[in-house]
Amino acid sequence: MWDGNLATVIVVTSGKGGVGKTTTSASFATGLAQRGYRTVVIDFDVGLRNLDLIMGCERRVVYDFINIINGEANLNQALIRDKRVENLHVLPASQTRDKEALTKEGVERVLNELRQNFEYIVCDSPAGIERGALMALYFADEALVVTNPEVSSVRDSDRILGILASRSRRAEQGEAPVKEHLVLARYAPERADRGDMLSVEDVLEILGIPLLGVIPESSTVLQSSNAGVPVILEDGSDAGAAYGDLVDRFLGKNLPHRFITTQKKGFLKRLFGGG
Amino acid sequence: MLLRSPRFAAEPAPPFELKGSLFTLTVLHLFQLDRVAIERHLAWKVKQAPSFFNNTPVVIDLEDLAEPPHKPDEMDFNGLYELLRGHGMAPVGVRNGSPELQAVARQAGLPLLPDNRSTGATRKPERSELAPIRSRIVNHPVRSGQQVYAPDGDLIVLGTVSAGAEVIADGNIHIYGALRGRALAGVKGDVETRIFCQSLEAELISIAGRYRISEQINLDPAERGKAMQVHLVDDRLVIDHLAR
Repeated sequence: MWDGNLATVIVVTSGKGGVGKTTTSASFATGLAQRGYRTVVIDFDVGLRNLDLIMGCERRVVYDFINIINGEANLNQALIRDKRVENLHVLPASQTRDKEALTKEGVERVLNELRQNFEYIVCDSPAGIERGALMALYFADEALVVTNPEVSSVRDSDRILGILASRSRRAEQGEAPVKEHLVLARYAPERADRGDMLSVEDVLEILGIPLLGVIPESSTVLQSSNAGVPVILEDGSDAGAAYGDLVDRFLGKNLPHRFITTQKKGFLKRLFGGG
Repeated sequence: MLLRSPRFAAEPAPPFELKGSLFTLTVLHLFQLDRVAIERHLAWKVKQAPSFFNNTPVVIDLEDLAEPPHKPDEMDFNGLYELLRGHGMAPVGVRNGSPELQAVARQAGLPLLPDNRSTGATRKPERSELAPIRSRIVNHPVRSGQQVYAPDGDLIVLGTVSAGAEVIADGNIHIYGALRGRALAGVKGDVETRIFCQSLEAELISIAGRYRISEQINLDPAERGKAMQVHLVDDRLVIDHLAR
């Protein structure tokens, strides 16, 4: 029997919208499950339900997260088992309610129940710094902060890092801080080289947290989103491979960062390979 | 230890070392010698604060003794010692009293401690002036949207102050990282305060109400990443290199 106390709650957050939180949540959770970990991914974007679409399970939603918080259904009725990957479940958001339905007590009760059955609980945060985002990060043990290489996204991520450090449960109770990981999504090395985009180094200098993965800008991401397939399942795509590396790094493997340079691969590999 | 010369390393280490040190001790001002009254009051005190009387060292002050014994040998220091020990106090010495009483105390094994109150009277006013200024130390980066204020003293940040963050102090501001947000030192009007940072990329800097915004800071890009200080000279903000 799995000891629920060892379950890890991971929030995927960013501050800014449209940077790739849900794409990252879907691929990250799928990757963990592919590697044999019992994983559940929860959509905290109540009222703007998207995760079910990206995961391709929108036609199987009966009950949702808010139904469980309100005691209108039990977890087994609401959890959707993924058909492609074993060990993977999705807990969809409610489309008809709003974020006020997320109470701290309710979220805590659901997370505690999930801790009994899962090793990784991935919380897909809505954009913003209001109730939905605060509830998604409040109980987190670790955080994937998703950023795009542009100044407004980086500043919003900085804001979210400040909130993680001051308003999470770990911060409020004086426990060890939430472990922070940077995910730099939609990165185009040739545009960074031209100075159109912030470079990996620029973003790291501003945010100052460890880099977990760089996801290259890729048309596959859009195609797979529309098809309801997490991009990590798209064999042969750069973005899928980058998410695969990201999951392996999260689990402790020491892999060099790929897809961050145009030509001078050797130099940057040495620069970021050790992280 | 690493710098110890071989000459010292070769010598055998001495078994002990004497060093002066200052302690804060509780003083028991003895008013009378009535053993029963002392015992009753002690029991009451212990009941009030049991945790305080846990082998607490005390100095017995004899100055306020209302009726000093006519003959010094009427003073039973051994009995008093046992009484105090029994209630969780550890007498370490006596202070004041007549030379005769002090001699009896010494015989009972209680050393005489110097009375420091005569010099204390002149020192007291200095104390408040020398009260340590409280610095606030922030061990993490200050992120966008966060505001940190150090009232009455200096603010020390062990990390970067991000764009959109604000650090404020009545005293100086020291930033062991880049300053990319706003820093306001001497906000209660102290014109002597300064701002120190490892790289000046600020949105706003202010000392005692005089401020400059990013546009007016105009540092050479080559200055980025260099330690800088900001201070007031003739009521104007001046930005200087810290490195020589």
